[in-house]
Amino acid sequence: MSALLDPILGQWNYYLVIVLMMIGFYAVIARGNMVKKIVGLNIFQTSVFMLYISMGKVANGTAPILTGDPNTVYSNPLPHVLILTAIVVGVSTTAVGYALIIRIQESFGSIEDDDIIAMLDDEEETS
Amino acid sequence: MAGFLVNASLIALLALIAILALRLHRLFAVVMLSGAFSLVAAAQFVVLDAVDVAFTEAAVGAGISTVLALATLSLVPAEEKPHSISLVPAFIATLTGLLLAVAVSDLPDFGDPKAPIHNHVAPEYIIGSEEVIGVPNIVTSVLASYRSFDTFGETLVVFTAALAVLLIIGGYTRTANGSRKAKRKNKGSQDAG
Repeated sequence: MSALLDPILGQWNYYLVIVLMMIGFYAVIARGNMVKKIVGLNIFQTSVFMLYISMGKVANGTAPILTGDPNTVYSNPLPHVLILTAIVVGVSTTAVGYALIIRIQESFGSIEDDDIIAMLDDEEETS
Repeated sequence: MAGFLVNASLIALLALIAILALRLHRLFAVVMLSGAFSLVAAAQFVVLDAVDVAFTEAAVGAGISTVLALATLSLVPAEEKPHSISLVPAFIATLTGLLLAVAVSDLPDFGDPKAPIHNHVAPEYIIGSEEVIGVPNIVTSVLASYRSFDTFGETLVVFTAALAVLLIIGGYTRTANGSRKAKRKNKGSQDAG
């Protein structure tokens, strides 16, 4: 392979994960529907996890569970521990997000960004 | 090379699911695709040797998240308002992606055993797991023993989140401003009609 392509091919996994991340990021900032924003945030979040787990991978390594054979190559267990914690924290924030959506729906009768902003503007004009 | 093919096709599948979730307007389908995304991500984690992360992602990401989303969908409108492609967010996302790509080019190669991350404290944990803790699963011994305060903090976060959800949609706050709610609701239905 050419010298120009080699560094890019060595890190291909990271570049692919960045593409996934940006699809989630676009969903968060471009869509007005709040459920879709949260789904986008989940996609973004899972892609970040994937980036971390990719860093822990060792070529020809195996899962970090001791086999008893001294020649076994293990993948790095530290990113795995970090991401286990992050998954649980991520679900907690998702739950709070959905609770806020339900509350907004009860107060405004809509979960679309622009509808709610229009309603708030109306209220300011009349008061 | 086989690893490359498996990884790349799983990520391509993930990208396909993400784009579909972005384009569809029925929120039920969007939520189901989000669950499918988590499940394929779990498969990807197995390929990357992170088996503990994989089953947590499958149980929590694909399971509990989807249940929470479905519970929310029973209380909110089922369709998203149609939107055209917005150029400014697309530009911002592309720009951020390019910046991240520039940053990533400084990282060590994927799977390189000589990368700094594999040669600092990681070997200590791999040796210590058997000699100090006596648990064959290294992830478990780090999570529950070396970093148990971290895990305790995680439990606190879950507790705080449960408390926040109860405060936000608990019965007390809902009846407190019922009249205001009714006024807004009427307005909302007028706007829709």
